[in-house]
Amino acid sequence: MAEFLSLHDAVARHVEDGATLAMEGFTHLIPFAAGHEIIRQGRRELTLIRMTPDLIFDQMIGAGCARRLIFSWGGNPGVGSLHRLRDAVEHGYPQPLEIFEHSHAAMACAFEAGAAGLPLAVLRGYVGSDLPKVNSQIKFIECPFTGERLAAVPAVRPDVGIVHAQKADRAGNVLVEGIIGVQKEVVLAARHSIVTVEAVVDDLEAGPNACVIPGWAIDAIAVAEQGAYPSYAHGYYPRDNAFYKAWDAIARDRESFAAWLEEHVYHAGGAA
Amino acid sequence: MSLDYTAAEMMTVTAARALENGTTCFVGIGLPSEAANLARLTHAPDVVLIYESGTLQTKPNVLPLSIGDGELCETALTTVSVPEMFRYWLQGGHVDVGFLGTAQIDRYCNLNTTLIGDYREPKVRLPGGGGAPEIATNAGEVFITVKHSKRTFVEAVDFVTTVGFGRDGTARDGVPHIGRGPTRVITDLCVMKPDPETKELVVVSLHPGVTAEQVQEATGWEIRFAERLETTPEPGEQELEVLRELKARTARHHAGNEMGENA
Repeated sequence: MAEFLSLHDAVARHVEDGATLAMEGFTHLIPFAAGHEIIRQGRRELTLIRMTPDLIFDQMIGAGCARRLIFSWGGNPGVGSLHRLRDAVEHGYPQPLEIFEHSHAAMACAFEAGAAGLPLAVLRGYVGSDLPKVNSQIKFIECPFTGERLAAVPAVRPDVGIVHAQKADRAGNVLVEGIIGVQKEVVLAARHSIVTVEAVVDDLEAGPNACVIPGWAIDAIAVAEQGAYPSYAHGYYPRDNAFYKAWDAIARDRESFAAWLEEHVYHAGGAA
Repeated sequence: MSLDYTAAEMMTVTAARALENGTTCFVGIGLPSEAANLARLTHAPDVVLIYESGTLQTKPNVLPLSIGDGELCETALTTVSVPEMFRYWLQGGHVDVGFLGTAQIDRYCNLNTTLIGDYREPKVRLPGGGGAPEIATNAGEVFITVKHSKRTFVEAVDFVTTVGFGRDGTARDGVPHIGRGPTRVITDLCVMKPDPETKELVVVSLHPGVTAEQVQEATGWEIRFAERLETTPEPGEQELEVLRELKARTARHHAGNEMGENA
């Protein structure tokens, strides 16, 4: 049953050093507030999992939280590079980062397989690509029925899954609306899950086929208003494209990144 | 009568014209998205646009900055999960055309969006594959649009992120359930198509005012030209007008966002 906790307590309880941690939200509903809380609590040696690392993992990698990254598209959407990610991969700063690089299709399948309790995902993928040569987690198997050669990747079964959503009701049931990405899959694939929400309401007002994650499938719920900012929450606030553009200059330079982190994360004090 | 237009507009209009009305198209962000939406707003009102964020049959009023902009969801027929998008709609065989951009491309249409240099010690780390590796093999065919330069059109890509026809042109041979692969490449200088036998890219059409020498100069290998080399038709007045309005609307929209309540 979902337990309502402060974001500080939810992270302190469930995220340990060395954990494998999936934090999802496909451009939409990215759990920034939770990421900042993890930075403030000084978690280290994490294996970070996200299809699109985005600014949130750029910040966590730059802050020294990560040892390993599993991803499928590592850019600043519509802008360019993730400079903290690049600095870690290209120069080992602030520490070396081991990467396991996939395609979106494979990662989406891997999350789905994790939610389904399977050890692997099978897809018609990676034909002719060099990615299997550099990622030991991509293999090929033969279909036992047709003989077709298919790609296989391990299911994603993280220690902790964190997503952001619009709202929860008082029993901890969560409604996700708009671009739903792999939000449900992450919660179901993870050993422990934290969902941050914009608001807690009496009635979700969800239609019969809405994307609702039952409270009994979630470990912790924490209210984090504007918790996906600078990404967006459909129905609550838009994406701050200007911040995504400004990030390029902030993150390009180690000192300006450190100053930003100091002011906007360490001294932001975990308002949520 | 000749209209004033830029090389970039020529490229976008030519790429848009490649998309037939009624086609289902899986759209990459950037130039492909611009071309696909121009097609939808001109000759192809019934084109179905799909973005990897799960937005099915979307009709954005402004071009998205990211693949998951709210605009795509709000104007879509429906929005599905990302696993459903890749498994049911793409891998399930419901996409006619995948429309992609790239950082590097070689003579066999292999695309590199991963890195420049060596994988373990990259000179430049690029964002990676995203949806492209499976779009390129599971869509019925693939269109590629990219600006023409020697940095982009290289003898051998540093890394095959997304297969065209492989290093020797044979990567799709005998592979079951695979799409036809790239069928045209549209740049700001010309249109290229793979040779039906060898799969090597051949220039089939030069944009007005562009010479074969210019194309060769911007290409990192000895590029072949079709025996009957054509001149690409110029953009029409209406196409240019719609494209310019779309881009102006997009610029106003994103600038407006920047002064919004979250600034």
